[in-house]
Amino acid sequence: MKKSLDVRLLKQMADTLIHRGPDDEGFYCKGNVGLAHRRLSIIDLSNGHQPMHSQSGDVSIVFNGEIFNYIELRNDLVAKGHRFLTHSDTEVIIHLYQEYGLDFVQQLNGQFAIGLWDDNCNRFMLIRDRVGICPLYYYCDKHKLIFASEIKALKPAMDNRLEISAESLDQIFTFWVPVSPNTFFKNIFEVSPGQILILENNQLKKYTYWDWDLNSDKFWQKTEEQLAEELHGLLVDATKIRLRSDVPVGAYLSGGLDSSVLVAMIQHYGNVPLRTFSLNFKEKEFDEKHYQTSLINTLQVEHSSLLVKTEDIAKNLKDTLRHTEIPILRTAPVPMGLLSSLVKSNQYKVVLTGEGADEVLGGYDIFKESKIRQFWAVNPQSLNRPLLLKKLYPYLKLPDSGQAAYLKTFFGESLEQADKISFSHLPRWTTTAKAKRFYSNQLNDELSEKSMQTMLNSFPDYVNHYHHFNKAQYIESKTLMPGYILSSQGDRMLLKNSVEGRFPFLDHRVIEFSNRIPPKYKMKGLNEKNLLKKAMRKYLPEEIINRHKQPYRAPDSMAISGKYLGEEMREYLSADKINKNALFDSGKVGFLIKKADAGRGLSTSESQALVGILSTQIIIDEVI
Amino acid sequence: MSEVMRGKVDVLRQFILENYLFTDDQSKLNNDDSFLDTGILDSMGILELIFYLEEEMSIKVESEEMIPTNLDSIDNLLVFIDKKLS
Repeated sequence: MKKSLDVRLLKQMADTLIHRGPDDEGFYCKGNVGLAHRRLSIIDLSNGHQPMHSQSGDVSIVFNGEIFNYIELRNDLVAKGHRFLTHSDTEVIIHLYQEYGLDFVQQLNGQFAIGLWDDNCNRFMLIRDRVGICPLYYYCDKHKLIFASEIKALKPAMDNRLEISAESLDQIFTFWVPVSPNTFFKNIFEVSPGQILILENNQLKKYTYWDWDLNSDKFWQKTEEQLAEELHGLLVDATKIRLRSDVPVGAYLSGGLDSSVLVAMIQHYGNVPLRTFSLNFKEKEFDEKHYQTSLINTLQVEHSSLLVKTEDIAKNLKDTLRHTEIPILRTAPVPMGLLSSLVKSNQYKVVLTGEGADEVLGGYDIFKESKIRQFWAVNPQSLNRPLLLKKLYPYLKLPDSGQAAYLKTFFGESLEQADKISFSHLPRWTTTAKAKRFYSNQLNDELSEKSMQTMLNSFPDYVNHYHHFNKAQYIESKTLMPGYILSSQGDRMLLKNSVEGRFPFLDHRVIEFSNRIPPKYKMKGLNEKNLLKKAMRKYLPEEIINRHKQPYRAPDSMAISGKYLGEEMREYLSADKINKNALFDSGKVGFLIKKADAGRGLSTSESQALVGILSTQIIIDEVI
Repeated sequence: MSEVMRGKVDVLRQFILENYLFTDDQSKLNNDDSFLDTGILDSMGILELIFYLEEEMSIKVESEEMIPTNLDSIDNLLVFIDKKLS
């Protein structure tokens, strides 16, 4: 950065992120380089101050996240002659870089966003963890490179000007997320998961150090029993190293399989009394209290829960969006933000959670749906093959005589394209993209790129050769998981209340092992996460193992219409405001609100449109 | 077409326009547009339409009648409603 770099600006930037690190602050400013840090103290509470420097002073680091194998890495480095001044994982990163150069990142087991300045060779590096747990954004022009964990921290260094990207909006209204490295804002990008950005000799280069490798040539030639046993061992270790902390660690307990597995493992292998946290909903269709209670009674854990009422959604939407910094199409992040406030109020700073299990071990309905549609594509004229979809979506109460025709219309999308990489996700994307009918003419005119092509171009060629189940896993793990599950619903909702999430299912050893499991063992017939159930059956009550999978959801359009949508929120959807921002058609939005207010219930695509439009309008006012 | 049926066409068109096309521009919907082919209705839309016929027009739709031939366009709906009412 060449102009107006001073500590005051760094402090202004860092102050926007106090919620991510309320315990300490630190600044480094020398020549053209400035680093700022806000700290959430978890390991080596008294010595982990950042920015941290090498003993010679030529390497400086700011680091958000955790390196869970830092003890082993430190021991190796000590054996090689390195001397340490602290017990923090941050210092381990510096020594590791000095010993191995950029390859050091392959040795990290953890979640991280790292800014590393090497004064010796005038090299600056931005490094993000393999799967996108910790956020990392940047802006770069010929004068400066600015980076931060959240976009709001970039604003002070950009004259407080942010502009939304029409292309990204269109991508969000198709895939729920922008195509990486895009963000919702023009000229601001993310460091993609598994990538390193290097600024050297005034050139910015990207380097991919890790990607999801689901190549079928590498599938294990092992029995189901052997695989289950090895998976068990890896998960136990992934959980144990994530309990390393100098502050107490809790866990989220939804009542689903993944969090139940996690809580059971902590209870068996952790050496401290476990504390769990959960959400409950007044509406039965979202609530999982029965299963939570079953597990709490079995494992005898100390538990706190928060009852979310429908009116809480609209009430907390604005604050949620200030943190997501991206429009959302479902309200599900809102309760997750409330849950982390429950954790905080109980003086906990760290929780283990079950995210990633569905992507890594094959749990989502979209994988099942894709499997059935593959089965159907073998004989697209069959009237019987699509009836399997009714097992997946029992709410489709279609009449016997006409159901094949309807199923064909809703799910028969591109059956002839069964080999294409996007086959699994086309129905979801098509449904979401129906929200585009609410675009204004001005927005339509501005859109030059085709979102679908941009997304497809972002996948490497080798993914075309993956097994169809693995193609679906790849897309899910590279799009929705980092862009929504781990950010809007994960990191942002945790750190808004200064709580760190840890994700044992996303330990890279678990992922790399699972990537080589043949799909037939991941989903046996239509039994999702078959191998995980096999590996963990002994810890859990049968009713948890055998329960019907219930995706985490919160009240959507109902919570932002009728009596639940107050005057202040309605104002964001007023014709004046809609016309002012010129992204949506105020007439059509008016009819959509009228329909939602009538209380007859909106279709999935209409509900996503309503949440998406309202959240876009709010972000324009509150974030920009 | 009888006066009563013409009235029903108008009401149905308005319902489809406002609730699925989100407009009151009559030119956006032709009476022979297929709801399914054009994507005007999805699974919930079909069920909602049936609910609307039952509630607002007192027309009971039997399971075996829930087929595109009866429900897939304004024209098809009119033939179906006419048959039911007679």
